[in-house]
Parts: sequence; structure tokens; C-alpha cells
Amino acid sequence: FMQRSLDSQTKKQLEEEEKKIISEEHWYLDLPDLKEKESFIIEERSFMPCEDLLYGRMSFKGFNPEIERLMVQMNSKSKKEEVEVDDKMEADVSDEEMARRYETLVGTIGKKFLKKRDQRVLQDEDEDENSNTRPSKAKKMFLKPQD
Amino acid sequence: VTKCGLLRHRPAGGGGGAFWVDSQQKRYVPVKGDHVIGIVTAKTGDLFKVDVGGSELASLSYLAFEGATKRNRPNVQVGDLIYGQFLVANKDMEPELVCIDSSGRASGMGVIGQDGFLFKVTLGLIRKLLAPKCEIIEELSQLYPFELVLGMNGRIWVKAKTVQQTLIIVNILEACEYMTAEQRKQALAKVSGN
Repeated sequence: FMQRSLDSQTKKQLEEEEKKIISEEHWYLDLPDLKEKESFIIEERSFMPCEDLLYGRMSFKGFNPEIERLMVQMNSKSKKEEVEVDDKMEADVSDEEMARRYETLVGTIGKKFLKKRDQRVLQDEDEDENSNTRPSKAKKMFLKPQD
Repeated sequence: VTKCGLLRHRPAGGGGGAFWVDSQQKRYVPVKGDHVIGIVTAKTGDLFKVDVGGSELASLSYLAFEGATKRNRPNVQVGDLIYGQFLVANKDMEPELVCIDSSGRASGMGVIGQDGFLFKVTLGLIRKLLAPKCEIIEELSQLYPFELVLGMNGRIWVKAKTVQQTLIIVNILEACEYMTAEQRKQALAKVSGN
């Protein structure tokens, strides 16, 4: 009668007693918390940030143009003035050529997405120098069956 | 660890101020993030063993190159020169090299091309040469076109159009450690006169 609950009660009591004993045994410092002074000192083993060293690969007088480009990039990370220079770099292809290319490009890629009917129409147009608009219109429009 | 040398100080610039000991030594200790020139000594499975002049051979994974996949292996042979940076470098572990930076681009790292001359100098000279405005480098660049790779481990690789020019540059770089500015200018004048 009431043995299980008694057991749980005694267990609880025992646990509480144990906790008390354990917490008394824990050592703790009465000293006030020391502020962490070391957060301001960072140990760094590399020399790179100390002396602001440049990038290790260098090329002079156009011996290796890729590396010369890299040099400008790398060294501009420290000096941001040079970033503007990069925008003015000579392009391989001039602007005019790009415009011309784009004109033709739009046409060729546009053809890809045309439906079959329109593709055939385009072909016919290309074949006939003088494009006849009548046959193309006729094909597109619906012809009423004549009675 | 004790080091002898000059204590240098940089007052607070972008970050806080910095103190460091400016000493002279020939032996390199691998440091994380340093760019070095290494020589491939062995090729074991997926890994290359690279000699960087430290106490241990550094390891370089074949995937640590730009555009390298398991099928697309980089073209690295034993005896090649590699310019890379340390991913891991502490005294408890074997150092690891990578030829790719944090954004995944090569940015100049990787196998260094054919020809050219590799030689060793002290670490102090390398730091002098890599300083933002180095007179030695500026004066040399006026002579003739050449290419230069400086590794923080004391190794320099030079390539010019002819063997003679390469050797001249090598000699000047080796000697300018102990020459004063005037002696150097004299030497360069002699060379450019030839």
C-alpha cells in the first residue's frame, strides 16, 4: 500500500540531498570576474599584413600580359583608385563590331524559336530576293472554302 | 619561441596597430595564407607531395586547381614548379597547399611554366622585394622584359627572353642583399650599357 509512491518520494528526497551535497562540493571563485584583456591582441604568424606586401607573381614590359593584368588587380585591392583604370581597359573587340555581331545574332537565334510555319516562310523569303508578301499572307490567313 | 631582430611597429591604419620582429633567416616555417613556390617530388594517387623548404613535405590535392574535377585532372608532373598558398599550416600537422583562392579562381597560382631559373635567397630579401615601393624591382623592370615569381619561402623564379638575361637578373637579385643602393645602381648601369 502506497509503496511505489513512497519510493518515488524517497527517491526525490534522495535526489535533492544529492544535489545539495554536489553543489556544496563545487568550488567556485569568490573573486570578481576579470575582464578579458586579451581580446585586443591578435597573434598573426604571417608577414603579409605587417608590411603590406605585394603579390608574388610579377611581369615586366609585357612579358606575360595575363600576369600584368593580375598585378593590377591584386595591387588594386589595397589601393582602390586603380579600379577605375580597369574599366577603361582596351576591349579585344571594338564596340562597332559588337553591335554588328549582335544584329546578326538576334536574327539567327530568333529563327530557332519560330514555329515551323514561320520557319518555312523565312526560308522562302530568303530564297526570293524580291519577297512576295502575297503568298505569305495567303498562307497565314484562313481561306474560306469557296462554295 | 624566441627570435632576435628589430622590433617594428606600424601605427593604427585600417586595422589596429601592428608589432612584429624583423629578423633575418633562411629557413622557412610554413604559415597559413602564404604564397610559396614548391617543387613536386612525388605523385601518390590523388595527392602530390610538394617540397616547400620547410621541415615537412606539403601535400597538394589534385582537386585544388581551378577547373579540376575527378575526371579532369590537372597536368602536373614530378619536378614541376607550383605556386600556391597554404591552406593549413601549423606545427602539429602536415602543411597543405592549394592552387586556388577562396572564391575558386586560380588568380595566378598553379603550375609555373617551362624554362626559367629557380634560386634561393633569405626571407628578409623577399620581404624587401615585396614591399610596396621596391627600388630594386623598379630598376630591374627598366632593363628588359622578364617575369618574376617570388615565394615567401625564399625561392625566386625568373624567366627572361635569353639565358644570359635570366642569369644577369639572378645575379643582381642575389647580390643586392648586401649591396648598397649606389653599388646596385653602378651594377645596373654596367649591365644596361652592355
